[in-house]
Amino acid sequence: MTDRFFTEQALTAQRPVLFRYALLQLRDSELADDAVQETLLAAWQSASGFEGKASLRTWLIGILKHKIADHWRRSAREAEAPAFTQTDEDDGETGEDDFFMSNGHWNGDPKTWADPEAALKQQEFWTIYEMCQTSLPPKMAKVFMLRELVGMEANEVCLEAGLSEANYWVTMHRARLRLRECLEIRWFNNTKREKYHA
Amino acid sequence: MRSCRNISALVSQGLDKKLSLRERFAVWLHVMMCSRCRNFQTQSRFIRKTARRYSDDLQNRLGKKS
Repeated sequence: MTDRFFTEQALTAQRPVLFRYALLQLRDSELADDAVQETLLAAWQSASGFEGKASLRTWLIGILKHKIADHWRRSAREAEAPAFTQTDEDDGETGEDDFFMSNGHWNGDPKTWADPEAALKQQEFWTIYEMCQTSLPPKMAKVFMLRELVGMEANEVCLEAGLSEANYWVTMHRARLRLRECLEIRWFNNTKREKYHA
Repeated sequence: MRSCRNISALVSQGLDKKLSLRERFAVWLHVMMCSRCRNFQTQSRFIRKTARRYSDDLQNRLGKKS
């Protein structure tokens, strides 16, 4: 793939993804920015450490994870919990789910949602969305966030989360099923709320 | 005839990779007739959009860098 002589531009092009990754972990833009700067600097200085086996981004995220871990070690304060954990614990989420019945039909039909675009304009919807996202099992939340919030590619997420491709599909699908259900119950099915916007 | 379990899984995969022609056809055919899977399809796209906007908002809230 990429040879070991990456350009400065190639490095800085990775900055937004690295920043989003760091931000979700550190919850502070200054700290996230510092971690990314340190990462890019370290990458630039040890360019020969990049063997081109993994993608440049995967290599950089590896460095970034160390920078973030350094930060946690240095910081004595009680830190806010990061959005997703660095551990690779299994949630035991491989069992059969209850979204479908044994014959493959939906168990709890997805209803039609009234005006989802309008929901995006309401602060209360975002609170509910965040709650739904946070209530995903830890590993599922991590996979979902790496893909959809940080913007990593599916194969990068697999490497980062230690998932096989098959497990990745299952995990992302479950995450969407759960989020869908949560949003439906907490927001779209909430008839009381509809009155406000009628 | 593929089940809703199967079709919805393909719908999810379709968000992350290009499905084969056969798979796309199966989804298209199924979703035409099945409002539940159609809702799932629309909603999973909406969830993606929501997640991205959440990420953007988070960056704005926590600072304007990047």
